[in-house]
Amino acid sequence: MDKRIALTVNDEQVNAPEHCTVAAVLLASPGVATRVSVTGEARGPLCGMGVCFECRVTIDGEAHQRSCQIPTSDGMVVATRGTDSYPREYEQYLSEQIVNKAYDVLVIGAGPAGIATAVTAAQAGQRVAVLSDDPHIGGQIWRHDHAKPLGRFAADWRDRLSRSSAEWIASASVFASPKPGVLLAETPTGPMRIRADQIVLACGARERFVPFPGWTLPGVFGAGGLQALVKAGMPIAGQRVIVAGTGPLLLAVADYLRSRGANIRFIAEQTSRVKLARFAGDLLLREPMKIVEAAGFAWRLRGIPFRPNCWPTRADGDSRLQSATLTDGSRRWTEPCDALACGFGLVANTELPRLLGCAIEHGFVCVDADQRTSVPNVFAIGELTGIGGLDKALLEGEIAGHVVAGRFDLAAALQRRRTKAFGFVARLADTFALRDELRQLPDAKTIVCRCEDVTFEQLRTQPDIRTAKLHTRIGMGPCQGRICGCATEFLFGWDAGSVRSPIFPVAMKSLAGGE
Amino acid sequence: MSAATCDVAVLGAGIVGAACARALAMAGLRVAIVERATIGGGATAAGMGHVVVMDDSDAQFALTRRSQQLWDELSSQLRASVEYVQAGTLWIAVDDEELDTVRAKHAYYTSRGIVAEMLNADGVARAEPNLRPGLAGGLRVPGESVIYPPCASLWLVNQAIERNATLHRAEAKRFDRTTIELSDGSTLTAGAIVHATGIGATRFMPSLPIRPRKGHLVITDRYPGFARHQIVELGYIKSANGAENESVAFNLQPRKTGQMLLGSSRQYDVTDGAVQPHMVERMVARAFEYMPALARVSVIRTWTGFRAATPDSLPLIGPMPGWPGHFVATGHEGLGITTSLGTAELVVTHVTGQRSSLDLNAYLPTRFAEVAHG
Ligand SMILES: Cc1cc2nc3c(=O)[nH]c(=O)nc-3n(C[C@H](O)[C@H](O)[C@H](O)COP(=O)(O)OP(=O)(O)OC[C@H]3O[C@@H](n4cnc5c(N)ncnc54)[C@H](O)[C@@H]3O)c2cc1C
Ligand SMILES: Cc1cc2nc3c(=O)[nH]c(=O)nc-3n(C[C@H](O)[C@H](O)[C@H](O)COP(=O)(O)OP(=O)(O)OC[C@H]3O[C@@H](n4cnc5c(N)ncnc54)[C@H](O)[C@@H]3O)c2cc1C
Ligand code: FES
Repeated sequence: MDKRIALTVNDEQVNAPEHCTVAAVLLASPGVATRVSVTGEARGPLCGMGVCFECRVTIDGEAHQRSCQIPTSDGMVVATRGTDSYPREYEQYLSEQIVNKAYDVLVIGAGPAGIATAVTAAQAGQRVAVLSDDPHIGGQIWRHDHAKPLGRFAADWRDRLSRSSAEWIASASVFASPKPGVLLAETPTGPMRIRADQIVLACGARERFVPFPGWTLPGVFGAGGLQALVKAGMPIAGQRVIVAGTGPLLLAVADYLRSRGANIRFIAEQTSRVKLARFAGDLLLREPMKIVEAAGFAWRLRGIPFRPNCWPTRADGDSRLQSATLTDGSRRWTEPCDALACGFGLVANTELPRLLGCAIEHGFVCVDADQRTSVPNVFAIGELTGIGGLDKALLEGEIAGHVVAGRFDLAAALQRRRTKAFGFVARLADTFALRDELRQLPDAKTIVCRCEDVTFEQLRTQPDIRTAKLHTRIGMGPCQGRICGCATEFLFGWDAGSVRSPIFPVAMKSLAGGE
Repeated sequence: MSAATCDVAVLGAGIVGAACARALAMAGLRVAIVERATIGGGATAAGMGHVVVMDDSDAQFALTRRSQQLWDELSSQLRASVEYVQAGTLWIAVDDEELDTVRAKHAYYTSRGIVAEMLNADGVARAEPNLRPGLAGGLRVPGESVIYPPCASLWLVNQAIERNATLHRAEAKRFDRTTIELSDGSTLTAGAIVHATGIGATRFMPSLPIRPRKGHLVITDRYPGFARHQIVELGYIKSANGAENESVAFNLQPRKTGQMLLGSSRQYDVTDGAVQPHMVERMVARAFEYMPALARVSVIRTWTGFRAATPDSLPLIGPMPGWPGHFVATGHEGLGITTSLGTAELVVTHVTGQRSSLDLNAYLPTRFAEVAHG
């Protein structure tokens, strides 16, 4: 630890600890926004997981790089201003050959679900690869922490994976599927074409953001987003943080941030006390282990006010966050703070499943008891099939691992636990459903589409998402509507629109194919 | 059931219908616009929006030139969302043979009053530093422009509405001489009916010689200044006017947003709108032959659209035999964004008898025997 490296940020020399991301380093220098929006607002990272594209900077002359996904290296040159520089050295890049790979089983996503499948299938003798667009395995919950080793349970799974025959492919983003059983991925060393007899989708979820006045200020983060950024090296010690939104994730985030020295002011949970009490009663009956977990959080978070029935209504500050205003429905008050971490639940990353043609219902991939999707030889597991957290992800991962290896009896033995896990999914969704008042948060000028700076006022008279898109540019930014689409689904009930390859931005070279 | 009357009904609010509606309303007629989906959401939502003069035939030249001048005249009134920018066009020649073609084009343009400038190899490199070295030369046509077609259509429709046009959000289902039945159950009675339904026109008028011609497009993130002109390889003309089943040509457009839009591909006989990776591969490979620095540029989306292609690359504008009181305005292939305004002028002439500077005959649907004889 504590080996430091030197990089240049906007022509100034900056020293940073090794193994951080570029976004974390930028966040450590107060006043550095990562980008200027299309209408001239200063912006900083929001999601911390490569989804929102707010953290785009120019790295070594290459514009539009997601700084939250890129580890720092010695001598790196980072620029946060302007997008008018562009890469001139292309020769080597153009000559990069596409790499061809083939497996029995390809697992996409290396969170707990994907790891469990990879381990299980590899143990059963399948030729398995597991890939992820992250540089490290772990996904969201077991995300690599630059300062802290993984917990024992997670480390155990990681070690099982590294001891298994499964191949781990880091920093590879699947962006297209030219035909069934073939996927294209972009990697730091060029494009990769992967053939697989069976594909297991474990793409996980992202946070839902609800727009409110001021939510585009640097200093407003996702809840999981802030946690991810801190794990990647963003300093948080001594900072005043409000954790807001909904769901059990808020407790985990507050607990983690506090362990890193943050001054957590309080946790604002939008759901009602009544619903929470019912949820707790239910857990006590059916999932005593989850109550033990919750009690652990409560113990470690003692002294931090937990406010149910409470949500943020605006954020203020002069080009960065200085205070947040909250309400409990009747009272409104303003709290000074340095960071507002707010996540309004999770949304499954269904872009790849939809690209492959998998049936989706209510935002989740439809699967049978063996985790099969509607597309032959394509499986889906984890948050993709319903937000249920770690236990469900591991369980579904094991089931899929058994099924792809033809061990149906072992999969069948897990069915009872699977049914129970889906019961928990339904209770979570019900308990933490977003309240109607949140739809009233945006005012006329509130930006809904952060990539293209489209305001609420421009949208509220539009009849549907396609008209809105064509006439206002909402959803046309580099996040491809992942942030604003979830918001407009909640605000206006618009559906998600269609997906096409590339399912996220790639270098033009990656579209060139080749042998 | 509600019923409405008007002087003229315009079916379809793509860029062509929108332009017709505006022009008819400005001519003092009571106009009703019928659109089943999003204004500018058909082929218009897929088009590049290059306003360009083409010289495949004198008739093509006349219509594109007149239209380009009309866009120019409108430019100061357009809303910012129309993203009008006079980027100019740069035609690229890779060798001496193509350079000869460029010279002929130069002579044709300048003799007809269009400002155009021959560039040698150095000139091309100076005009577009990201092009590869070693190109033979090119032709710069500075007066041409780029717009954003869906919002241009919206602007044109709103102009018509300001002149008392009505907008009916429904599908035209059935016709007789003067009435239209709409999918919302209402009917519309009109003195004249203009079918500006793009590729949809053949549904009711199957004799129209229109074939869908698919195109792919690729858009990048913002790189302001990377390309300055709409850069088009000379081979584009062959691709556009040829009858080959599948062709690609390098065609790169700088958008006002700083993004770049890469075309172009043409395919007959494909009816599925899905993005086809092999076509994108071909387009991208072609682009690298001209501008290899694009390799590292970030692409954020791809999409497709269908052009309404006719056998002689000219649109179908005028009365429809066997359909008294009905006019068509379709078949604009890859030039309908440009030629929408000229088309509108022709349609006004057909409907009102008002004079036009354009020759009506060249674009009449009856130039095709199968239309003339029903
Ligand atoms: C100049 C220009 C610039 C643009 N810039 C951008 C940009 O920067 N970023 C960007 O993302 N996009 C951009 N667009 C693309 C624009 O979004 C496209 O026009 C695209 O077609 C619309 O995308 P979509 O996802 O809304 O709908 P599409 O995917 O094109 O939707 C097609 C529509 O057809 C319907 N449909 C599809 N299949 C069928 C079927 N079989 N039967 C019936 N209906 C069907 C769908 O329901 C949908 O409504 C730009 C377009 C233009 C013209
Ligand atoms: C890939 C591509 C690139 C192109 N690039 C350019 C370019 O750079 N420059 C240029 O000038 N042109 C370009 N074009 C061509 C241009 O986009 C088209 O010529 C033009 O958009 C055609 O417009 P339209 O109004 O005739 O058709 P559309 O835009 O298709 O409009 C027809 C409308 O009619 C509606 N409709 C159909 N049937 C009914 C019904 N029964 N009732 C009610 N409504 C109905 C539809 O919903 C639709 O909105 C390009 C085209 C493509 C595909
Ligand atoms: S927020 Fe990224 S496209 Fe709207």
